[in-house]
Parts: sequence; structure tokens; C-alpha cells
Amino acid sequence: MSTVRRSKIRSAFSHRSFLVGAVLVVAMFGIAGISLYWTPFDPTKLNIPERLAGPSSLHWLGTDQFGRDILSILMVGTQNSILVGVVAVAIGILFGVSLGLTAAAVKGWTEELIMRASDLLFAFPAILLAILLIAATGPGAINATIAIGIFSIPVFARLTRGAAKVIWVREFILAARAAGKGRFRITVGHILPNILSVIVVQATVQFALAILAEAALSYLGIGSQPPTPSWGRMLSDAQSYILLNPWLAVYPGAAIALAVLSLNLLGDGLRDIIDPRFVRER
Amino acid sequence: MSLFLAKRLFTFVLTLVGASLLIFLALEVLPGDPALVILGVDAPESAVAALRLELGLEKPLPQQYWDWVGGLMVGRFGTSYSYSVSVLDLISARLAVTIPLAVFAMILSVAFAFALGILAAVQHNKGTDVAVMGISQLGISIPNFWLALILIMLFAVDLHWFSAGGFPGWAGFWPGFKALVLPAIALATVQGAILARFTRSAILDTIREDYVRTARAKGLTRTQALLRHVLRNAMIPLITIMGLQFANLLAGTIIVENVFSLPGIGRLLLQAITQRDLVIVRDLALLLAAMVIVVNFLVDVLYSVIDPRLTARDI
Repeated sequence: MSTVRRSKIRSAFSHRSFLVGAVLVVAMFGIAGISLYWTPFDPTKLNIPERLAGPSSLHWLGTDQFGRDILSILMVGTQNSILVGVVAVAIGILFGVSLGLTAAAVKGWTEELIMRASDLLFAFPAILLAILLIAATGPGAINATIAIGIFSIPVFARLTRGAAKVIWVREFILAARAAGKGRFRITVGHILPNILSVIVVQATVQFALAILAEAALSYLGIGSQPPTPSWGRMLSDAQSYILLNPWLAVYPGAAIALAVLSLNLLGDGLRDIIDPRFVRER
Repeated sequence: MSLFLAKRLFTFVLTLVGASLLIFLALEVLPGDPALVILGVDAPESAVAALRLELGLEKPLPQQYWDWVGGLMVGRFGTSYSYSVSVLDLISARLAVTIPLAVFAMILSVAFAFALGILAAVQHNKGTDVAVMGISQLGISIPNFWLALILIMLFAVDLHWFSAGGFPGWAGFWPGFKALVLPAIALATVQGAILARFTRSAILDTIREDYVRTARAKGLTRTQALLRHVLRNAMIPLITIMGLQFANLLAGTIIVENVFSLPGIGRLLLQAITQRDLVIVRDLALLLAAMVIVVNFLVDVLYSVIDPRLTARDI
């Protein structure tokens, strides 16, 4: 292992926000994983006699308006948030990074066209674009995920192009070109590995935004549809029972905030570790 | 300066045209028949055919696009399928809620961000700085619709200071203003938290400049130097961020208006989607996008006024 890599790993373990973020993110994935096989109760099983019950030794976080165990629904809801986040970020990376790399490598009209198209998508607030696409294609988790993925494409395209252009003027790229390597091989073999860290940092930020957007769309009733457990819809359902059991609205919101916070902390930490100048200057 | 403005104006018009094309294509060309979307898949074929004719869907696409955009340019909006009135009438009543809400939220966000950002920068690396950064990190992570519910629980349900939702209109200023307080706080918190971080960074960047040191050497106090030199220069990058934030605030109204049952544009848009009224969706989406594009254009112009170097470089 190189000295630089060893020092980065050491600084990662001594970076507080990275550590907290990483532990929380691992816990989030862990809960989602566990809920695939086990939850305290069946999250879809109705139990009307025990509806809107407060926290107890049996139901740690109480029950909802249908008597379902809130902890179990929250646990399964983690799967939904992670799935939407992963797929949306994958869409953003797949198309955005490809477009950004192409723009930086080909330049000229292609670059101009890709960047102006990105600017156009940026003119739309992300949630408006998602709502518009859902209006055209219909509500549902898949359409919401695709819509969220689409609005992260210009983010990755801009970031990748900017980072790639910096690498394209470096001497080792000139050497690769002199050795006869084509633009595609240079992009895949030299440019992409050198900008991967920047993309990973942005991916954590977009992941957090995707979780927020999915929750917002589900809250509005145009994201994940019943019976798929979703934190956003839990909040929407809780609003009707806010006078009877205010805690119903607290848990899913706290879950969303914690998930977003952990990803933001992880992203901030990664950025500091990858680019230590940032820490010193800020 | 005029060349700079001409270039910005050209980009502005181009972006508007692009946005209208994008909205049109998203709603007209994506898989699915708009008439079927409006009436539902079980609708009789004759009704679908009649609606297709009414909506002009039988015409070629460029003709449909021109009919729509040309109509909007002369103030001829579409007629809502579900309300049977002009979309313009629907919009104008609701703008009286959405615009004051967005402006109110923006003022709160800027006040909150500047207070915290300046405090954090002045107390750099001290306990206050760490606390402010922690608060802003939390603020960024909290979904605005959750915060809205928490505010309702605290200030409407428990303390009875504000109503839990609804809007009494502008017949009296105070009741209307009071109805927008909680929604504006819910909207402003997230944007304010983001702006506080940018404010802190911009001030830290500026505070180390030579001219600030010179100002202090000339005998200015820290506060005087901060107010006269640091803040003015730190404003340059912050104005761009504020422009982008206004766009996010407008988009945020879609969600917050629904939480508080405010009869604004955002609520109308969502109702139109659930009622499958694509005429409203199309006009409203363009209106919201146009508002964002106009704000960004104004920010560009303002930016050039504040920093004349930009204009010179651009030309």
C-alpha cells in the first residue's frame, strides 16, 4: 500500500464527521439489510384494535392508524430510500459522467451542446422537473426514481467535465497522446481514474438529495405507492392523525433527516480527506 | 456593458425557448396519449377522440407547440379541463399567495443566514463557529415538509399562536401575513442553513484580503472593516447563490403549500396533476420555470453592476 493511501486512510479514521457519517450510513444499510429478512412485526399486517398505540415494550415506537408496527415500517422504508437513492445516483452517474467525459474529450460543438443542455435542465428546480415527468408518466416509485435520476444528470455532467478538463491538460496525458493512445482509451484509462474521487463525493451528496426528493414526492402522493413502505408517505399519513398521535410524524421525519445528515457528513468528510486544502482554508 | 446585457438577454430568451420545448415534449411526446391521461384508460373511445380534437392533438407537433407558445405570448392561456376556466384566471388568484410566501421566506432566509454566517466567520474555529456549522448541517438535512409539520404541532396545536393551515386572503394584512409565517419559516430554514455556510465561506475568503488588512491598518475597527469592506465584497458570490435559492424556494412552495393547505401555485400544480389536468400542468410548469429563469437573468445583471470587472472580462 502506498504511503499516500495509508496516510489518507489514517486521516479518514481521525476525521470526526467522516467517521460519524460512515457509521450512520453503514447502520442505515445494515437496517435495510436486516429488514429484508427480519422485522419485529409484519409491516403490512393490520391490527385495528391496537391502532395509534404509544410506545411500549411490544411496539417500541408504537403503532400507526392501522395498528401496524411503526418500527417495522420504518425499517422496511429504509430499503425503499436506499433503492431510490442508489438507482437515481446510478442513472446520474451513468449518463452524467459519460456526457461530461465526452464533452471534455471531444470539445467543440459537442461540448457546447452537452453543456447548454445541462444549463437548460438546471433552469428547472429539481423537484419541479420530477413533478413534471411524473405528471407525464404517472405516479409511482419507478417513475419517481427515474425523474430524480434525470435531475442529477446535469450535476454529474458539469462536475465531470470540469474535473476532466483539468486532467486533460496534464503532462502525463500529453505523454499518453504522444504514445498513440486515442481519446477513448485516454478517457477510460487515465481521465476517469483521476476524477473518480470527485465523483464519489458528489454521489454521496446526490444520494442525500435523492432520499429527500423521494420522500417529498411520496409525501405529495406521487412517489412510492401503497403498500410499499415509504418514509415520505408515512409523514403524509401521520398529518391526518397529528392531534391524536403527534409522534407518528416525528419518527419518519427523523429517519429522513438522519439519513440525509449521515450522507452529508460522509460527503463532507470524504471531501476534506481527498482535498485537505479545503480543511485548512475553511 | 450593453454587449454584456445583449449576450445575457440572448441566453435568457434561448433558455426560455428551451424550457418551453422541454415542457412541451415531456407532456406531449412521452409515451402515452394526453387525452387518455386526462380521461383515464377506461374512457370511451369517442370521448378520447373528442378531447384529442379539443386539445388540438390531431395537429402536427410543431403546430401544437406554436399554438401553445404563441398563445402565451399574447396572454392567451389554455382553458383548464377540470375547472373550465382560463388558466390565467386560476394563476393570478394564486400568485397572491405564492409570491408573498416566497419573498417572505427569502427575507427570513437571508436574515438568518447572514446573522449566523457572519457570527461563524468572526468566531472562526471557536465554539460559536462549530455550533453554527452544526446547526446549519442539521438545517440542511431536515426536510421542509417535516419541519412544517413540527411547526404546526408546536405553534398551532400546542401553543395556538398560528393556524395549522389555510389562508384567509389579503382583505386584512395581518391575518394573511400570520397565515404565511409558519410556511415561510419552514421554507426558509433549509435555504438559510445552506446560505449561512456560503456566507461564512465568502467572509472568510474576503477577510484575509490585503485591502482588509490595509483598512485595519488605517485605523478602522474590526466591525467597521467588516461592514465597509468585507461584507460588500463577500456579497458578490452570495448574490448568485441567493438567485439559485429563490428558484429552490419557489419549488419548495409546491410542497409547503400542500402541508399548510395554502391556495397557491404549488397546490394548484399538484391538484392539476392528481386531476390529470395537463393544460394547467403545462402552463404552470412554464410559469415556474420562467420565474426561475427571470430571477437568474436579473442576478446576472445585478452581478455585473456589483462587479464591473465581470462585464469587462466577458466582452
